[in-house]
Amino acid sequence: MTSFSPGTFAPAPGRGRLSRMLLTQARTEFVLTLRNGEQVLLTLLIPLGLLVALTLLNVVPIPSPRIDNVTPRILALAVMSTAFTGQAIALGFDRRYGVLKRLAATALPRWSLIAGRMLAVLGVVLVQLLVLGAVAFALGWHLSPPGLAPAALLILAGTAAFGALGVLLGGALRAEVVLAVANLVWLLLVVAGGIVLSVHTLPGALSAIAAALPSGALAEGLRTALVAGVTPWAALGVLLAWAAGAAILAARTLRLS
Amino acid sequence: MSPSASSTAVEVCGLVRSFGTVRAVDGLDLLVQPATVLGLLGPNGAGKTTTIEVCEGFLRPDAGIVRVLGLDPIADSAALRPRMGVMPQGGGAYPGVRAGEMLNLVAACSARPLDVGWLLNVLGLTGVARIPYKRLSGGQQQRLALACALVGRPELVFLDEPTAGMDPQARRLVWDIITSLRADGVSVLFTTHLMEEAEALADQVVIIDHGRVVAKGSPADLTSSGTQRQLRFRARPGLDIGPLGAALPEDCRTSEPRPGEYLVDGLIDPQVMATVTAWCAQQGVFAEDLRVSRRSLEDVFLELTGRELRS
Repeated sequence: MTSFSPGTFAPAPGRGRLSRMLLTQARTEFVLTLRNGEQVLLTLLIPLGLLVALTLLNVVPIPSPRIDNVTPRILALAVMSTAFTGQAIALGFDRRYGVLKRLAATALPRWSLIAGRMLAVLGVVLVQLLVLGAVAFALGWHLSPPGLAPAALLILAGTAAFGALGVLLGGALRAEVVLAVANLVWLLLVVAGGIVLSVHTLPGALSAIAAALPSGALAEGLRTALVAGVTPWAALGVLLAWAAGAAILAARTLRLS
Repeated sequence: MSPSASSTAVEVCGLVRSFGTVRAVDGLDLLVQPATVLGLLGPNGAGKTTTIEVCEGFLRPDAGIVRVLGLDPIADSAALRPRMGVMPQGGGAYPGVRAGEMLNLVAACSARPLDVGWLLNVLGLTGVARIPYKRLSGGQQQRLALACALVGRPELVFLDEPTAGMDPQARRLVWDIITSLRADGVSVLFTTHLMEEAEALADQVVIIDHGRVVAKGSPADLTSSGTQRQLRFRARPGLDIGPLGAALPEDCRTSEPRPGEYLVDGLIDPQVMATVTAWCAQQGVFAEDLRVSRRSLEDVFLELTGRELRS
């Protein structure tokens, strides 16, 4: 004798609507990112602090007007922090906690395990753009209107490149290793990858290397678009190449647990 | 045994799966009939979780045939997943996700999910629906995992140690749910270390060790076969048991191992019981503490898998 009336658990299986599955997953992960203190520090507070500091303090050689040259780099930093570092760490720990297996056991298609994460990342990037953009405007930021469309393209391509790299890292290694590597790479790219110091001010070979890195390409590309109002095709090409290469590799190395 | 259409819920034939040099599953056969409950028992490392994960499509078999609801768990994964419910062993939620959010997410993947609020309430999770997963107790995390396995109204559920870490009340609830699932036509494959659980719930029990089946059958079959049962009672010491032995079937042996304690070894059926009590009446003695002991499933399990500790 059970306490459930007959038929309570009568089978009625079926796949949920794809759009609903994908959006629910993306919304859940978006909310989780914004609720996580370390993620907020990484994706919003550090970029905000750097935006204000680099604009107001003359510690790094930056052409005038400083705010116009600082903002594009900070936007690149924001994209990198969210799509690469934050995403890799979250993925590493989600795998540890069996989240990917849990979702892979539902009707959610396999590709949407990653597509849902990317949608959530795009949502966070949008919040970053709004917050950082508002603060930059308050600090006197002027942007070149013809550069807006190319800048949007660059941000999409940058999110794809860093997102694919984040999945490549976070989807293959142990959570603690992911945490260490993701933070180390973030720090290296901030300092020597064309984010804080522009690609042109880096010494010798480092300058050429940084320009070919997704960090340098995104920062330099955004600066070209937003300051000069021109489409930086080379930077766009570099980002798309990283996105494609990392995605192909990540598809082979991604593990559910 | 050849794989057939979906006349069976789960059909595993000659399954082999290794990790490096370790053969976790080594030629295993398994059959779950529709709307029945199969309990998979075995010591730690026996291959239970590997077997379940192959059936769920998470692991590719090295050899053998696996059909779940008549489908190949890997090739037909997209068609199969909406029809099955999975409760993994531990984990299965974002560390920071609230219990209600997680169940909503899994429910969104189904066409006709159970009502999320109702399910949280049934599993005693309403009060913690807004608590992050990592702050739930082990038993609450288990109940959430069970809710995620059930919410899509599956035809078949895989439950890997569903009651591990649960208090007795929660365990009873899970038993109640599994019984209701079967009554409603859902097939269940579960693993457990609790013999009492397997005896209470399973239509069929499969005991595996070192990746192989060492025994299978209904709990009644397993506990009644092999070593014979015993009938014990206490009475005045020194009774002449010769006539009793003569009255009983040949395969029953009577003895008085300790003064006043009498023992009948053999196949104890109602006829044997009647003969013993009739004999007691003739002797004018009252048989105290009369009891028939049956082997428990735990006895069978330990007999088959040994008593030494597994790592």
